[in-house]
Amino acid sequence: MAVTDTPIDSEESFARSAGKQLAIYALYALVLLASLIYVFSLVAGRTGSGTSGGAVDVANNSVTTTLRQEPPQLDAGRSTDASSFVVLAHVMEGLLAYDDNMQLIPGMAERWEVREDGATFWIRDEALWSNGDSVTAHDFEFAWKRVVDPDTASEYAFILYPILNAEAITQGELPKEMLGVQAVDDQTLEVQFAQPTPYFDKLVAFNTYLPLQQEFYESTDGRYGADAEYMIYNGPYVVEEWIHGASMLWRKNPTYWGDHKGFLDEINAAYITTDINAKLNLFKDGQIAETQLLAPMLPEAMEKRWQIDRVMDGTVFFLEFNHREGRITDNWHFRRAMQLAQSSDELVYKVLKEAAYLPAVSLFPVWIQGLNDIFRTEYPPIEHKLNVQLAREHLEMARQELGLEEFPPIVFLTGDTPISILSSEYYQELYKQNLGLEIRIDVQNFKQRLAKMTSGEFDVVVAGWGPDYDDPLTFGDFFASWNLNNRGRYNSPEMDAQVRIAQAELDPKKRLDAFGEIQRIVYEDVTLIPMYERGWAFVVDPRLKGFKRRSVGPEVDFNFAYIEEVED
Amino acid sequence: MTRSNMWIFILKRLVQGIFTVWFIATATFFAMHNVPGDPLLNDRATTEAIRANLQAKYGLDKPVTTQYVIYLGNLVRGDLGISFTQENREVNDIIRDHFPVSAILGILAVIFAAAGGVLWGALTAIYRNRWPDYVIMFLVILGISVPSFVVAAISQLLLVNVNDLFGTTVLPVAGWGTVLHMLVPAMVLGLGTMAYLTRLMRSSMLEIVSSDFVRTAKAKGVPPARIFAKHQLRNAILPVITVLGPSIAAITTGGFVVELVFAIPGLGRYFVQAVQQLDYTVIMGTTVFYGAFLVFMVIVVDVLYGFIDPRVRME
Repeated sequence: MAVTDTPIDSEESFARSAGKQLAIYALYALVLLASLIYVFSLVAGRTGSGTSGGAVDVANNSVTTTLRQEPPQLDAGRSTDASSFVVLAHVMEGLLAYDDNMQLIPGMAERWEVREDGATFWIRDEALWSNGDSVTAHDFEFAWKRVVDPDTASEYAFILYPILNAEAITQGELPKEMLGVQAVDDQTLEVQFAQPTPYFDKLVAFNTYLPLQQEFYESTDGRYGADAEYMIYNGPYVVEEWIHGASMLWRKNPTYWGDHKGFLDEINAAYITTDINAKLNLFKDGQIAETQLLAPMLPEAMEKRWQIDRVMDGTVFFLEFNHREGRITDNWHFRRAMQLAQSSDELVYKVLKEAAYLPAVSLFPVWIQGLNDIFRTEYPPIEHKLNVQLAREHLEMARQELGLEEFPPIVFLTGDTPISILSSEYYQELYKQNLGLEIRIDVQNFKQRLAKMTSGEFDVVVAGWGPDYDDPLTFGDFFASWNLNNRGRYNSPEMDAQVRIAQAELDPKKRLDAFGEIQRIVYEDVTLIPMYERGWAFVVDPRLKGFKRRSVGPEVDFNFAYIEEVED
Repeated sequence: MTRSNMWIFILKRLVQGIFTVWFIATATFFAMHNVPGDPLLNDRATTEAIRANLQAKYGLDKPVTTQYVIYLGNLVRGDLGISFTQENREVNDIIRDHFPVSAILGILAVIFAAAGGVLWGALTAIYRNRWPDYVIMFLVILGISVPSFVVAAISQLLLVNVNDLFGTTVLPVAGWGTVLHMLVPAMVLGLGTMAYLTRLMRSSMLEIVSSDFVRTAKAKGVPPARIFAKHQLRNAILPVITVLGPSIAAITTGGFVVELVFAIPGLGRYFVQAVQQLDYTVIMGTTVFYGAFLVFMVIVVDVLYGFIDPRVRME
């Protein structure tokens, strides 16, 4: 037996030799780990974002960006989410499109005419699908009939309702062949209206109105839009590669007809994440060309002398009342009291403190266009002043009208995002102080909040509304009694009458007057209490020009973007 | 004798496992259908007709018990259905595309955690109550108590600064695809488990250091390196192996935050999003898949145990 010359009770020497043994094991583990990582990387290479040339690659004329989430699918007729809209805005084009200043320009249609009873679109000869086929009027007829087909179950079918019979078809009352749209020949698309629709030109720029080639659609066996190879494109870019959940690569579409869009050879949406901090890190590291900035990030951004820009994202947030009969909030004096006891300035400037947010003062956001100018310049909203004294008087009148000893707790339904919870807590404190009202906050996740809104289990709900198309009507018809999105069931003949004028009036001035009236009714009848208009501060790589963030349409827009080298 | 015993043991555990998975499937199914909220509601309100068509498409128009029977039938055939939110993707595809990513990240994190845990644990035991012990145990407490989203965010920021310092991308800040993309996320993901394993290893070592057979070995004059390797380490590592199986499952399925921060296309994100969106088929699919995975890992560990510890095989 080997005899060691170290005393066996020596802790020190035991530790030393055990430590040596441990170091040997650690070395083994390290080697094993390294070889394992190597093997894994071979596997992962097939599921990843691949190599990227950094934020702006001048040599290859390409940029790298992010998507906020994986597009659920890219079937334009059924898409409902912001991410899909961004992708579709680059790879597809409708009859009409927007230029870089949000003015309507010709798209697939080189000419069009909107009349009282319908519209005609003349489709350009040179419009091609990415497979080389011509884009024809039949592609639009097929696409639109498919959208209203109840079997398609498109959630955006309502946006086609101005077309004759569209509503009845979605209700299953008429066959889809009865839709008021017809391809007279390959080049001419005739549309019949259900009622005069003077804003129809703006509607056809929306995603749900995009064309679809019947032959190709049928060849995909129900998988249209599920993957890059199950789509054909008619926009300035095509989806070259789509790795689900990881990345998407758009390449310039050689068959696109115009030269006013699509100046980049490649757009690489290399990262899919909602994490704004992660995006900022990627931007700082020179991996992506643009990102949003939250208030706490601004000091650092200014210190670095970044060019900071801001944009309204289009959405208006408001307190929506439950107008159903029997609710306390059905009482006008009560709503008026709540209106007078608050001011959105305080909410935005003292509570939310997001630099790019604006205090909301109307149902119509600040960027909506009027006749010759901004709508709110032409039709200024009624000036709101905080007046707690008057608010208390109205509250007392409400109490008497309702025959109440004391008001029960008011149920404030709200989403589970930090900002809606923060807002609700602010109102809870505010109404307690100013009116002595007890607010019970009911925090729910997205789907459950919608369920409770739809069934009317709330007094007040923290809600928001974003635009679908660039016309005041996208906000203006919200409180029509027949609008399913009017989940507080506001019902006023005066409002309905104005919405009808806004929908069908051909004289632009009279039509805008109706929106002015709607704005007035919303304030005077206290249909809602405006909270804030959401905006973003954002930063763009100085080499990338012509990049847009939009209030309506795709939230990010590279259609007019190009690269310009910067001299240091 | 021992070999056939082993097979019977595995078979028994498998049958138990199938029952467990069935139970998970059933419980999830009914829990999900009783969660308030309506999966078909969305921002833009739809008409009754469109709603009815959506319900028919996903089989929600049938009574819940019928849905359950159909669901179980499909499950046995391995068909998990089509996602509610990603309407053109089968849940099977989602799992096939994204589980490997989570698995790679998870396995790497576990190896990292296990190797680190054993190493640091053994080290602290050897240097008990001396400064290496104090330093490591302090870090361990930190590792256990700081949540992973903080660690993830800080380490990402650190990466940016490191890259900035070197003027080139030493390690990518986010994304997936190469070795370099994996290192930091795996470390972040494995950190909590590593800290836990370090503590486990330490106490397990300390117990064995003072046991009779170690004293005997020392008395016999066995070389210290051999005592450490064969008597102490091998015995002390057993509890670590025990928790390794569940740890692999927990890490692989719990990578949501890390996947989000580092923009990694793993399954964790889909799982969490599905719950938020009440995407019934994806919730069911991922839960059952994860459940089966967990059960499988536990069985593997039980079998593995038999190889490492001869005493288990004897019983």
